[in-house]
Amino acid sequence: MIEHVLVGIALLLGLFGGYLIASSRWRGKRSERPQAVHQILLPFTGTEISRRAVDAALRLARAEDATLMPAYLAAVSKQLPLDCAIPSEAAKAMSMLEAIEQRATTQGVPVDARIERGRSYRHALRRLLEEERFDRVVVPATSAGHTGLSGEDMVWLLQRAPAEVLILRPGPEDHRIVAARSERGTPLRLIPS
Amino acid sequence: MDRGRYKIFLGMAAGVGKTYRMLQEGRAEAAAGRDVAIGYLEPHKRQETSDQARGLEVVPRRHVTYRDVGVEEMDLPALLARAPELALIDELAHTNPPGLEHQKRYEDIADVLAAGVDVFSTVNVQHLESLNDQVAELTGVRVRETVPDSVLGTADEVVLIDLTPEALVARLRAGKIYPGENIDAALDNFFRIENLAALREVSLRQVAEEVESKRLTLEVEEQLGTREEERVAAEVPQAVGERLLALVRPAPSSQRLVRRAWRSAQRLGTDLDLLWVKPPGKPIEGEVERQVTALRQLASVLGATLLIEEHDDLVAAAARVVRERGITYLMVGESLPRRGLARLREPLPQRLMNATPAGVDVRIVAHRGGREEGG
Repeated sequence: MIEHVLVGIALLLGLFGGYLIASSRWRGKRSERPQAVHQILLPFTGTEISRRAVDAALRLARAEDATLMPAYLAAVSKQLPLDCAIPSEAAKAMSMLEAIEQRATTQGVPVDARIERGRSYRHALRRLLEEERFDRVVVPATSAGHTGLSGEDMVWLLQRAPAEVLILRPGPEDHRIVAARSERGTPLRLIPS
Repeated sequence: MDRGRYKIFLGMAAGVGKTYRMLQEGRAEAAAGRDVAIGYLEPHKRQETSDQARGLEVVPRRHVTYRDVGVEEMDLPALLARAPELALIDELAHTNPPGLEHQKRYEDIADVLAAGVDVFSTVNVQHLESLNDQVAELTGVRVRETVPDSVLGTADEVVLIDLTPEALVARLRAGKIYPGENIDAALDNFFRIENLAALREVSLRQVAEEVESKRLTLEVEEQLGTREEERVAAEVPQAVGERLLALVRPAPSSQRLVRRAWRSAQRLGTDLDLLWVKPPGKPIEGEVERQVTALRQLASVLGATLLIEEHDDLVAAAARVVRERGITYLMVGESLPRRGLARLREPLPQRLMNATPAGVDVRIVAHRGGREEGG
């Protein structure tokens, strides 16, 4: 009788251990499965980006359970190979991406950032659109004094982007500033557009 | 014969006053009774520079014909024959036309120094080989005449001729650098304030590194004595250098780790390697492939090296790479929550510390967001 009980307990323990191992492996496998791409692209240039555009992209990403992909577009001089290292551009990009990621984290939005090189901003954007898939593209319209994509670039984007394009017009109502600082000491800002 | 002493006047751009300062110091040496001669001077039609050269002996240039065009070059044999105590030789990065003794002027200068003549010379920071790409990226202008960085290392003194970008632009506007018709083009291209500010920073860093390198060598030379030990001393600046390795995985969270690691590498002035230890037998496809591509691109943008090692033991693979590449600093992301039997194992950083050579620091970079799965 006691032997049967002991065998029963051993069986139960074995089953429980097997369950623990199997479930831990299953969890691992589940996490490695490719997930459907729900991405919102937020391309920007230079050391400033419209704060309204960032917030709009974050709102969309949260509502659609999507990943935000802030993408720094870098124009590489024709005298350099397109695939060359661009440390000074990267330094600017890093600080901006950090600032955006920080903002996204507070809102619970996952971020998958990129730095894309091209001969021009538009070329960089085209390369990015070729390499990645997006459901939405959020672009702040350029306002006076801000570097960024030109009106022509916007038209090009509307015609070519295989995704919905949301162009935000400049708005003067938001004057709050989120600041970051680059390695070079240059102030970097998420500015109100 | 003792080698001559070598002093280089380094500037961030044309017009900061390198040649002027070289001549000024040359005049002071001459006034102190030394035998000074100008081996080569390029005054660029700048009156202030020409005024400084007045009164100093000039070794006549030699006329050379290159591609049916006559050019005036430094006469190295004549300078060596003249053998002053101190020779002033402008623009050390200059490339000589074919047929002369050497291809580059810094090689001519090496001959002059070997003859026991002291030399003062000038160069702009964008001519230094290791900075050429960086400066081209900053300014969009690539300089074709380059010199190895070791040339700067052979100098007994490097003097930085510093000027604020605003002051340099003011000099340009005043016509002190280029003739009037070229000023607007220069202001629109190379001489933009942001370009000059970046170049100034590069120059200051370069000289700071030179000073640091010399200080380290001197410190060790003071402690050590024999010839064999002096050779060790010469290698000290490299030996004390850091080398960083970041353990990454194909997931967005690794990008933050890479950013942190790259910034540390920048501050330490060293290279960055990224290592992903890929589980054996698993194909790189789907989301993993996309993330690996993203990591590869990020590494390329940053000038880092992405290594992919197939191994079933992350710690063993990382330890091997650490030893092989002389890594001194290992950066890892925050570990995933451990489940099941994995809880019984030592944490990853501890295992890495145990497996890597003594002296390798391990730093953990926290996730900013929520916990991620996978990898």
